Amino acid sequence: MTDQEQVGTPEESVAAASAAAVTGTTEEVVAANPLRDPRDKRLPRVAGPCVLVLFGVTGDLARKKLLPAIYDLANRGLLPPGFSLVGFARRDWADQDFAKLTYDAVKQHARTPFREEVWKQLSEGVFFCPGEFTDDGAFDALAMMLKEIDETRGTGGNYGFYLSVPPKFFPVVVEQLKRTDLAHGPAGAWRRVVIEKPFGHDLKSAHELNAITSAVFPESSVFRIDHYLGKETVQNVMALRFANNLFEPIWNRGYVDHVQITMAEDIGIGGRAGYYDGIGAARDVIQNHLLQLLALVAMEDPTSFDADSLRREKEKVLKAVQLPHDLSLATARGRYAAGWQGGEPVVGYVEEEGIPADSITETYAAIKLEIANRRWAGVPFYLRTGKRLGRRTTEVAVVFQKAPHLPFSKDDTEILGHNALVIRVQPDEGITVRFGSKVPGTAMEVRDVSMDFAYGESFMESSPEAYERLLLDVLIGDPPLFPHQREVELSWKILDPIEEFWASQGPPEEYPAGSWGPASADAMMARDGRVWRRL
Amino acid sequence: MTSFMLTDTTASKISSQLTHLRHQLGSPAVGMVLTLVVLCDEGSQYDAVRAATEAAREHPSRILVVITRGADEPNRLDAELRVGESTPGEVILLRLYGELTRHADSVVSPLLLTDTPVVAWWPGESPEVPAEDPVGALAQRRIVDARAATPSVRAIASRARAYVPGDTDLAWTRLTPWRSLLAAAFDQPVGKVKRGLVEGSPDHSSAPLLAAWLGERLGAPMKVAESGGPGLTAVRLTTAEGDIVISRSDARLATLSRPGQPNRQVALTRRPTAELLAEELRRLDPDEVYEAAIRRVARTHKS
Ligand SMILES: NC(=O)c1ccc[n+]([C@@H]2O[C@H](COP(=O)([O-])OP(=O)(O)OC[C@H]3O[C@@H](n4cnc5c(N)ncnc54)[C@H](OP(=O)(O)O)[C@@H]3O)[C@@H](O)[C@H]2O)c1
Repeated sequence: MTDQEQVGTPEESVAAASAAAVTGTTEEVVAANPLRDPRDKRLPRVAGPCVLVLFGVTGDLARKKLLPAIYDLANRGLLPPGFSLVGFARRDWADQDFAKLTYDAVKQHARTPFREEVWKQLSEGVFFCPGEFTDDGAFDALAMMLKEIDETRGTGGNYGFYLSVPPKFFPVVVEQLKRTDLAHGPAGAWRRVVIEKPFGHDLKSAHELNAITSAVFPESSVFRIDHYLGKETVQNVMALRFANNLFEPIWNRGYVDHVQITMAEDIGIGGRAGYYDGIGAARDVIQNHLLQLLALVAMEDPTSFDADSLRREKEKVLKAVQLPHDLSLATARGRYAAGWQGGEPVVGYVEEEGIPADSITETYAAIKLEIANRRWAGVPFYLRTGKRLGRRTTEVAVVFQKAPHLPFSKDDTEILGHNALVIRVQPDEGITVRFGSKVPGTAMEVRDVSMDFAYGESFMESSPEAYERLLLDVLIGDPPLFPHQREVELSWKILDPIEEFWASQGPPEEYPAGSWGPASADAMMARDGRVWRRL
Repeated sequence: MTSFMLTDTTASKISSQLTHLRHQLGSPAVGMVLTLVVLCDEGSQYDAVRAATEAAREHPSRILVVITRGADEPNRLDAELRVGESTPGEVILLRLYGELTRHADSVVSPLLLTDTPVVAWWPGESPEVPAEDPVGALAQRRIVDARAATPSVRAIASRARAYVPGDTDLAWTRLTPWRSLLAAAFDQPVGKVKRGLVEGSPDHSSAPLLAAWLGERLGAPMKVAESGGPGLTAVRLTTAEGDIVISRSDARLATLSRPGQPNRQVALTRRPTAELLAEELRRLDPDEVYEAAIRRVARTHKS
């Protein structure tokens, strides 16, 4: 095939571009852009002209992650000329006040260096709309403001609405967007809504939440953020599995003994008692991050990396997940008691401010799952997460079976463990392979050694933050890294029976802060003749 | 950082000294993803090594700096090894004297990392056909800089005749932000472009490349005009509805104007050499868009 056939002649593309100017959608214009060429890999994916409307600008997430990520995107040249940012909050503010908040957030939290000219470009497009969510007038004003921005900055009616507010406000905000007709753009323009976890607290509430958004926005316009999927290391799971021939042959029950997926935090619940109590570790972390990691590690290869194929494979494997029969033997939960964490005394969960004394919320959860398909039957997947554990780390460890026969004496291989492949998600992103090696100087003593690939070493410079990647994907309209509603519901189907069982079990077992969780979690592994990896 | 000098030495002595230094520091040669060979003279060595070391922060590399000294002197190889914390890889400065200056490949070849890509970079003057240079022939990617040649447009045209996939030019790399911004401007509907003009300081090496790329993609005649600089100062594209203009007078902040829409400001800073180099190292496959641009320069330059 010649290049000409591949990309169309420049003349044709120009003609197509002008045709699209009259009738087509934004995407068609971009596709027909004569200056873009799939072979031109230097040109980054840049978002098209648009406005991002941010609800909850005064919140933690907005100040620490979203606003800095927007600046970093601008600094990397990935935001279009005319890009505009509208803040919405119940403050009696003018544009400059919101610009000041953004400036401070950027100065404090941005990843890339501060550059005056980038800030100038960005600040030109910063606007503020004051109001309560229940105030019809405020949303009418917002609609007017957006129309004006389209005229003055050429944003073409393309709006993204980022709901960085507690989920209980989703219904009213979404309803307002519907009432003011902001949820549906004219032909050729797009409207998208971005929502943050939690996506409900069980299957039923997830349904209800979805009913609210899907009544107003089509599923293809809803972007659910699971920021883990924006991490480079998590995307690297797919590269590791599907770009290499080295691992696939052993990535199955024939060679894998079991898989451990861990997300450990060293912090407590901080000031988030109101959010956390009644939710707990499993709903907060396992339902989304850990089950998504499980899906990526266990799924079959997708036919391509577009959203449909990828989600189909993730759904298939989530559907195949099975709970063990006796949940009392295959799950464990705990909550941290007072103790010493990294050299500091810390209080226990029930002593944290705002936690009722009779709380039965867990801060540690471990579960064992099986996947009923040909590749994984009989291979347990152990998932665990907790707060106030020894240290902060997230990893996926694929632990292999022992060699079927060891032509060494028993003493020589006494301390030889299982081979393992560990994907370190954070911190210190990378991959470790553990295997046996001869100890020098001895006759034939074999012991475990590690071979390391550190992201920071082979591709140093800080890689983009997850939120940068995800925000850009929202503005471009690229959905593979966002979980579909079906995945959300399948995950709740896995977790709901466990939560129901736990609800009848009284308060969770305590573990000292700074340790690695309750004794029952170790006992759960011991019953299977296994141990948790020491992290 | 540990630095070590070897005078009147050989590649194998350098190699074993390197292994020794690494053991001493307890840092094995893990994670290095490529070998970057810098071919320069003593005068440009300092800046080139600085840029290469900084680019190596993103792409940990073994950096071999080949410095040509007096060709009339007796044959000799001097080496300076730098390993350690501030350098995320290894830097080896090689000074070549006498007849050895014509056999740099015999020193470079045994010092390449095994089974990883090799990139050659000429920060200053470069050979007529980079791919046929003894060291260039060892590399998958050969980076030259048309800015070092006068008149640069003639150098670019001759690149087209010598082109081998894997050749590239920092004068082209400097254009990525401009090209990206122009492409973004065309993400909105634009009528047929009738003609265009690229303005820059006299003999700006990137201006003819930008004009050629635009001409190639838009199928319209493009001209290059001189301005007071600094660097590139404007791109003007004429359509039936009016002009689309990107203008930049301070080398930092550009203004985008298009018919029927208010002007908008966009950051458009010139990038330091280290960033250009890092961009080059990010993708090591042949750049066909660059090839098309230099071929057009060669065609239009003749006529
Ligand atoms: N923080 C994180 O790291 C994190 C991680 C994952 C998911 N999330 C999710 O991200 C979202 C935002 O999190 P966050 O931590 O930023 O929450 P937050 O700090 O509690 O902020 C919530 C925002 O909502 C606004 N708000 C609350 N009630 C309002 C009302 N009645 N009218 C108008 N505005 C109101 C607040 O404005 P005021 O200042 O006026 O109260 C604030 O800007 C939530 O959905 C959360 O679950 C957060």
